[in-house]
Amino acid sequence: MNDLSMATGVARQYDYWATVTKRTWKASVFSSFLAPLFYVLAMGVLLGGFIEGDPDRLEGATSYLAFIVPGLVAAHAMQTAVQETTYPVMGNFKWNKVYDSMLATPLTIPHVAAAHLTFVAVRLAITLAVYDVVVAPFGVYASWWGPFVAFACQVLTGMAFATLVYGFSCRITSEAAFGVLFRLGVFPLFLFSGAFFPITNLGDVGAWVARLTPLWHGVNLSRMFALDTVDWSTAAINVTVLVVLCVGGWFWAVTGLTKRLSS
Amino acid sequence: MIRATGLTKSFGGFEAVKGIDLDVRRGEAFGFLGPNGAGKSSTMRMIAAVSPISGGELRILGMDPAVDGPAIRGRLGVCPQEDTLDNELNVRDNLYIYGRYFGIPKADVRTRVDELLEFVNLTDKARSKVEDLSGGMKRRLTIARSLVNSPDLLLLDEPTTGLDPQARHVLWDQLFRLKQQGVTLVITTHYMDEAEQLCDRLVVMDKGVIAAEGSPLALIAEHSTREVAELRFGIAAEGETHDGLVEKVADLGERVEVLPDRLLVYTADADEVVAKVHERGLQPVATLVRRSTLEDVFLRLTGRTLVE
Repeated sequence: MNDLSMATGVARQYDYWATVTKRTWKASVFSSFLAPLFYVLAMGVLLGGFIEGDPDRLEGATSYLAFIVPGLVAAHAMQTAVQETTYPVMGNFKWNKVYDSMLATPLTIPHVAAAHLTFVAVRLAITLAVYDVVVAPFGVYASWWGPFVAFACQVLTGMAFATLVYGFSCRITSEAAFGVLFRLGVFPLFLFSGAFFPITNLGDVGAWVARLTPLWHGVNLSRMFALDTVDWSTAAINVTVLVVLCVGGWFWAVTGLTKRLSS
Repeated sequence: MIRATGLTKSFGGFEAVKGIDLDVRRGEAFGFLGPNGAGKSSTMRMIAAVSPISGGELRILGMDPAVDGPAIRGRLGVCPQEDTLDNELNVRDNLYIYGRYFGIPKADVRTRVDELLEFVNLTDKARSKVEDLSGGMKRRLTIARSLVNSPDLLLLDEPTTGLDPQARHVLWDQLFRLKQQGVTLVITTHYMDEAEQLCDRLVVMDKGVIAAEGSPLALIAEHSTREVAELRFGIAAEGETHDGLVEKVADLGERVEVLPDRLLVYTADADEVVAKVHERGLQPVATLVRRSTLEDVFLRLTGRTLVE
């Protein structure tokens, strides 16, 4: 008689997540507005001023600013997703026991994970929308429709990381593991997945390694749609990889939370 | 309400619950009495339909927790050992949000929250943050939260652990009132006075098995004498025990237990025992005459005290 549908289970947690959002939205909107501004000014405008805008060497971008911005937004999606699924997830089963209290009710583990990840998706959508709007006046978009598709791809990129890191956070015993994740996972991806320079600069082997990372697929999609240089077959591969990671990540997250809470 | 046969729970190679049988009836207050690590909380988590059973059979409200977990949990109230209140939310929101998890319509939850705040005397704290509440208030709030869905069965895991005596009595009073309203209570505790106060019937648990079952009075009648004479001799010197004293008092009662600082003589008339002890020239530091309690039952059944 397990008749509580996924939609109903998630909807029942709306009030909780709405309250959490009310508590934190001011700080998060402020930082999601300032972070892109600082990055675009420092890396795109000031550093980019030293770099020649050669479309042949910058994947079709006419300036370094136009090259770097779509990559930065995709990388920001990864960072936001990781931020939302490390300490907040661990806190909910380890420190404030929010998940335990939820599971004492008719809600089940998939409901709880889905509601949290839905909240992360909303948070990603807001943060990335602000980012995309803030960078628009810098003249980095080559078409009117491209940024909208790029935005959707950025959210998808974030969710691939969110589900995977959610599962990771459920499986570790100490928050010290997050340090390892940041240093050996997030930071190298941020630097070497094509956000700051074309991955072809890494050499043949380096470029292929970069193509195997999830973030590159997000950076590539974001850039192709922003610059209107879409190669549809590559885009299809990029989207497929990210969707597969999201689906796999979802199962990884649910099994992780089950291991953690149902013993 | 709850029926278990041969119920077991293992964690890896460790067997926390080793085959217990239970039958909890509607409207009664049923207790699990035992020391920490006896398997009480593991049993409670299985009854709460959050922890899968490892073996045996378990039916809660006539349903199988492995199949009907959500339906069972919808009719249970759970007051966990550790508070799982959200410290970031105020008192009212804690109740309101929890009520929404059960799918109770918004307007109904609001009415219910007002009633519950009144019931646990927290109406004037409705807007306070949880972290500003005292330990007793937090427990009362947790109990209020566990009642938000008007449960048929209320599970209380160590409800008064860590509370001061006054806060405990306030809580007991509220649990009594719930019982009078017909709510079935299942309580785990390692306090024998709590078990005596609250439970109609209880099981004594130790090392994952049930050592005895019955009403507090019946258990005392069956496993102990009417009275106990406590003869306090102070802590025995290093490497020594009070065992040597046992033979001097053994004939005065039905049975003698030796604790590190005292002897317990089990008898029908403890005053008489104390008088004879003095007649024999023994000089305890202090003596105490009292009725037998569940603590004595536990000591008899397991050879150990409840709180060690």
